[in-house]
Amino acid sequence: MTFAHRLEGFGDLPALVEASGRRMSYAELASRCDALGARLGPDRSVVAVSATNTIEAVSCYLATLRAGHVALLIDEGLGPQDFELLRERYRLGWHFRPDGAQNYELSQLTSRTRESVHPDLAVLLSTSGSTGSPKLVRLTLANVDSNAASIADYLQLGPGERPVSSLPFSYSYGLSVLNSHLRTGGCLLLTREPVTGRAFWDFFRAQQATSFAGVPFLYSILRRLRFERMDLPSLRYMTQAGGRLDPDNVRFFAKACQERSCRFFVMYGQTEATARISYLPPQLAHGNSGSIGLAIPGGRLSVVDDRGVEVTSPRVAGELVYHGPNVMLGYAESFEDLQLGDVQRGTLRTGDLGYFDEQGLFYVTGRLKRFIKLFGNRVSLDEVEGQLRRAGHECAVTGRDGLLVVATEQADEPAIGAFIAERFRFHHSAVRVARVSVIPKSPGGKPLYAELLRECGVEDAGAEPGQADDSRAV
Amino acid sequence: MEGNSEKLYQTFAAALGVDRSLVTDDLQYNKIAQWDSIAHMSLVAQLETAFDIMLETEDIIDMSSVKKAKEILEKYDVRF
Repeated sequence: MTFAHRLEGFGDLPALVEASGRRMSYAELASRCDALGARLGPDRSVVAVSATNTIEAVSCYLATLRAGHVALLIDEGLGPQDFELLRERYRLGWHFRPDGAQNYELSQLTSRTRESVHPDLAVLLSTSGSTGSPKLVRLTLANVDSNAASIADYLQLGPGERPVSSLPFSYSYGLSVLNSHLRTGGCLLLTREPVTGRAFWDFFRAQQATSFAGVPFLYSILRRLRFERMDLPSLRYMTQAGGRLDPDNVRFFAKACQERSCRFFVMYGQTEATARISYLPPQLAHGNSGSIGLAIPGGRLSVVDDRGVEVTSPRVAGELVYHGPNVMLGYAESFEDLQLGDVQRGTLRTGDLGYFDEQGLFYVTGRLKRFIKLFGNRVSLDEVEGQLRRAGHECAVTGRDGLLVVATEQADEPAIGAFIAERFRFHHSAVRVARVSVIPKSPGGKPLYAELLRECGVEDAGAEPGQADDSRAV
Repeated sequence: MEGNSEKLYQTFAAALGVDRSLVTDDLQYNKIAQWDSIAHMSLVAQLETAFDIMLETEDIIDMSSVKKAKEILEKYDVRF
C-alpha cells in the first residue's frame, strides 16, 4: 500500500485546490481516481498523462497508479512529434490530456499488446524534459513511496502543509513535492501562473501557502523581487534543488528565512533516484553554503575513487555514489526495456564528482557526464549536438551550467540559433553560437570540448561537464 | 516621445526573442509562449538598462503587457 492507495484515509481534508477556485478533498480524490482508473481496463499498459498543474491532471496520474497501470508523465511543452516518438517507441496504451476546455479526456492509443511490461514498473519519467530525449527512467511504486516518505521525514510534513505548485510534476522535483505532501495529508495549491506574475502571489496569499520549491533560477527571481521585503506570513519552509545555487544566494536565503522563522532546505538529487538524494539541514545552511548536506533518511551517500574503492578520508574527491530504496530499476530506451526488472540493485553512480568534509557533509565539485543545467532542466549536450547534426549543422556542443555553447566552422550561426530557439525553446540569453576556424579534435576525431569552451571565451572550468579529474584532493 | 516607444518595442523584441513586428501595445504575457518567467526577468533587466531605472517588486509582477509596461515606465518619468 502506497500513498496513492491510502488517499481515502485523510477523508474530508482538502487535497487539491486550484487557482480557479475548484477544490477536492482526499475522499473525493480517491473516488474520482477510481472512476477514472476503471476506464483503463484490466490489462496493464503504459498511460501517458499530460502533467499540467490542475486537479484533473493530478487525478489522472493517481488514477493510473491506483489502477495498477504505468504512468508516463508528459511535459506540457512537449511537441507533437516528440510525443509521437514516445507513443511508438513505448507502445503507449492510453493518453490523458486536456480537452481544450476545463477537463481532461482519455484516448486509447493502442489496444492490448501481447507482451506486458514488468510487474514492478509504475512510473516513467523523462531524463530531460526540454530536449525531448526519449530516454526514460523506470521507477516502481516502492521507489516513489519511499522517497516521498524520506522527504516527508526530514521536512517534517503533516496535514497542515499547503505547498504552492511552482514546478511541473512531469519533472521529478515537482513530482516529489506532490507525492510527499499527498502522503502526509497536505493540501496542494495548484496554479499554472508564473512566479513573475501578480496572479501567482495573489493565489499564494489568499490560500496561505506554507511552502514552495524552486530551482536556482526561481531563487534569483525571488532575490530580484526582494524576497526579504515580501509580505508572506504563511510561509514556513522553502526547498531548493535542480542545480547548484551559488553560495552567496544560499547565505542570503538562509539569513532571510531565519529572520522570518522559515526553514530553508538546500537539496540534491537526480531523477534516477526518483528525486531526492541529500538535503542540508536548515541550521547548517548559512555556515556551509555550497554543501549538498547529508543523505536523506533511509539512504546512504559515499565517495568512490577511480578504482571503484570507497573513500574513507574527508576532502578526497571521487564519484558520488548513492544507495537507497529510491534508486530506479534502470533506464528505458525501448519497449523491450520496460520488461526488464531491477538492474541497479539500489545503487546509483551519480556521475557527479565530489567529496565529504570532516563533519560528514557532502559537496559536488564537477560532473563526469556530458550535460548541463539550464534553468533547472537537465540538457544533454550530446542530444543537442546530435539533433543539430541531423538537421545538417556540423557543429560541436559544449557549455557550463546556465550557458549552452555551440561552435561551428561554417557561417550558419543564425540558422543554428533559430533551430535551438524553435526546437528546444531555450531562452537566447542562455545560448551562445560561436564561429571558430577549427573545432579542436583528438587524434581519434572526438571534439575536445574543454578546449573548445576556452576558445569560445567561456570561463568557469570547474563546472565543465565530463572534464574533471577523477581523484584529486580538494 | 516617439523614440521611447520604439526603444520599448525593441527591448521587448530582444528580451522575448521575437520579431519586432510582433511587439504591439496589445501583446500580453500569457498570449505568446516566448514570454515565460525567464524572458520576463530578462525583460526587466533590459528595461532597467535601456531606461536607466530600477523597478520595484510590484511593478515587476504587474508588467503583464506592453501597454502596462508603458504605464509603469511613466511612473519612472519615462514619457511616451
